[in-house]
Amino acid sequence: MKSGLLSQKRTGAGNLIWLSVLCSTVIIAFILFPLVEMVTQPSLVSLGTAALDRDVVRAIWLSIYTAGIAALISMIFGTPFAYLLARHNFKGKKILESVVDLPIMIPHPVVGIAILSIAGRNHWLGHFMQQIGVEIMGTTTGLVTVLTFVGLPFYVNTAKAGFEAIPERLEKVSRSLGASSTATFLRVTLPLGWRSMVVGLIMCTARAVSEFGAVVIVAYHPMVAPVMIYERFTAYGLKYSQPVAVWLILVCLLLFLLIRLFSAPRKKRT
Amino acid sequence: MIQIDHMTVHLPGFKLQDIDLTVDKGEFFALLGPTGAGKTLILESIAGLIPIAHGRLHVGNQDVTCLPPEKRGIGIVYQDHTLFPHLNVQENICFGLRYQQRPGVYQNQTFDTLVRRLELTHLLDRSIHKLSGGEKQRVALARALAIDPSVLLLDEPLSSLDPNFREEIRLLLKDLHRETAITILMVTHDFSEAHFLAQRVAVIHEGRIEQIGSVSNVFMHPTTPFVANFVGMKNIFAANFKHNYATVEGLSFTLQKNTGTAACIAIRPEHIVLSNTPPNQNVPNMMVGTVARIGHQGLFMDVVVEIAGVHFQSILPASAMHAMHLTPDSRVFMHVAPENIHLI
Repeated sequence: MKSGLLSQKRTGAGNLIWLSVLCSTVIIAFILFPLVEMVTQPSLVSLGTAALDRDVVRAIWLSIYTAGIAALISMIFGTPFAYLLARHNFKGKKILESVVDLPIMIPHPVVGIAILSIAGRNHWLGHFMQQIGVEIMGTTTGLVTVLTFVGLPFYVNTAKAGFEAIPERLEKVSRSLGASSTATFLRVTLPLGWRSMVVGLIMCTARAVSEFGAVVIVAYHPMVAPVMIYERFTAYGLKYSQPVAVWLILVCLLLFLLIRLFSAPRKKRT
Repeated sequence: MIQIDHMTVHLPGFKLQDIDLTVDKGEFFALLGPTGAGKTLILESIAGLIPIAHGRLHVGNQDVTCLPPEKRGIGIVYQDHTLFPHLNVQENICFGLRYQQRPGVYQNQTFDTLVRRLELTHLLDRSIHKLSGGEKQRVALARALAIDPSVLLLDEPLSSLDPNFREEIRLLLKDLHRETAITILMVTHDFSEAHFLAQRVAVIHEGRIEQIGSVSNVFMHPTTPFVANFVGMKNIFAANFKHNYATVEGLSFTLQKNTGTAACIAIRPEHIVLSNTPPNQNVPNMMVGTVARIGHQGLFMDVVVEIAGVHFQSILPASAMHAMHLTPDSRVFMHVAPENIHLI
């Protein structure tokens, strides 16, 4: 690496390289420094207390499982959609892709407001749902709805990129060998694309766990971890919110690490 | 065996127009044309992998126009092998067996025969990432043949291979065709491949068929300037015809006979004979020119001779050129036998 940089310098690209190195260092430090400080500042005692606090455990668990359900829903509905976008060209495809990206663009509280505008008693859909006993406002169902809304684009886009990376000719050969389109998906596309689907699940879950703005509007209670962190911060201050924050990111990191390990290629492919 | 009637395919930015083609049972047929001419599209539409806009398609005695690819029983081998990267050699070859209607015993027999014939026995447990180009192409062939297809489609099967593997697969294809009498439709941009393997060819240009015929007929008697150029007639000139003469930019050529319908003359480089000294006076079509350009092609040299503003391309063995001491601007005598001037 070092010799690579030096030889670059000799060829005259030196200044640009050092500028890039400097900027990269600044960015990495900017990301890691606050995180490391936050994780190391709380005492072990306060971390222990938080871990034994039933409210904290419940909030973190709620965060993770609602985000997980949102990711699963995204996968079930998003996989065929991602495949469609990856494999077919049709009029209006660009518009559809922009629609999928909308939840990323829209300010988070606006997402909450939007969901509530169809969930209320005055809207026919909200009215219908209340009649069959589905309540959005202040329920776990509401949480999952909001988290799916904000997480869906991350799943669809990642899975789509994964499907696009599989040569279409593999599927064509499979068809010519006698496999139907369903069999081809199961025997060729899925084995080659499931890793990107798992990565999409992780991205979707991560996005959903971190959602705050839309959640406080739709369901302040039951309290998910980000809302609890916010509440403790406003009510008691930084010191009381830090341990919860640390537990939340530790649990999430562990979870994602496990999934990543599980989905890592067993041997290097060429 | 394959009959294509007035087939038209529309894709964004490309069109196959009114393709009419018949391939006989047991024939080795080559679709020739430059990259981007639409050859692969013809293969894929026969296999049912892209939708056709108009026309009918028969394979065997069956109208397959509306059949999905998995019901057509057509094998296809692409130039990049297209092996399934998550399966090993044996799993690749056996991929299509479970969809076969034939009894398992018969399938096993086919599999064993194929594996032995294509010399893949020692590779069956290998990952396909560890195969050479030639081995990959043999696996792809075995996989396509394992389903006992009525027709085998080959998409430039040799062009991604190193020269030594290319020779090996080329011989293998020829032998396989002779041994199994399977109908093969191959796409290639290389006329010498078609010459070696095929009985008949169709030359495709910009989504249309320019000429269909036996290999030697197309090679010897191209009917359009494009085909003439494609089969190596590098000298193609628009000419005025009168009696037994063709005039190009004031240069008069004696012809063997005038067809009366031609608009161009075409001459192969190897038929343009160069010499330092004037040849025998009775030689027809003798002209004097200057060497405009010399290009090295290994054992052979391209020599471009300019006469009255017209450039003629000739080809000489390197040794002959050195013996003649040709350099750019050398004066040189050129003649063409009348029977070597093709009328188009």
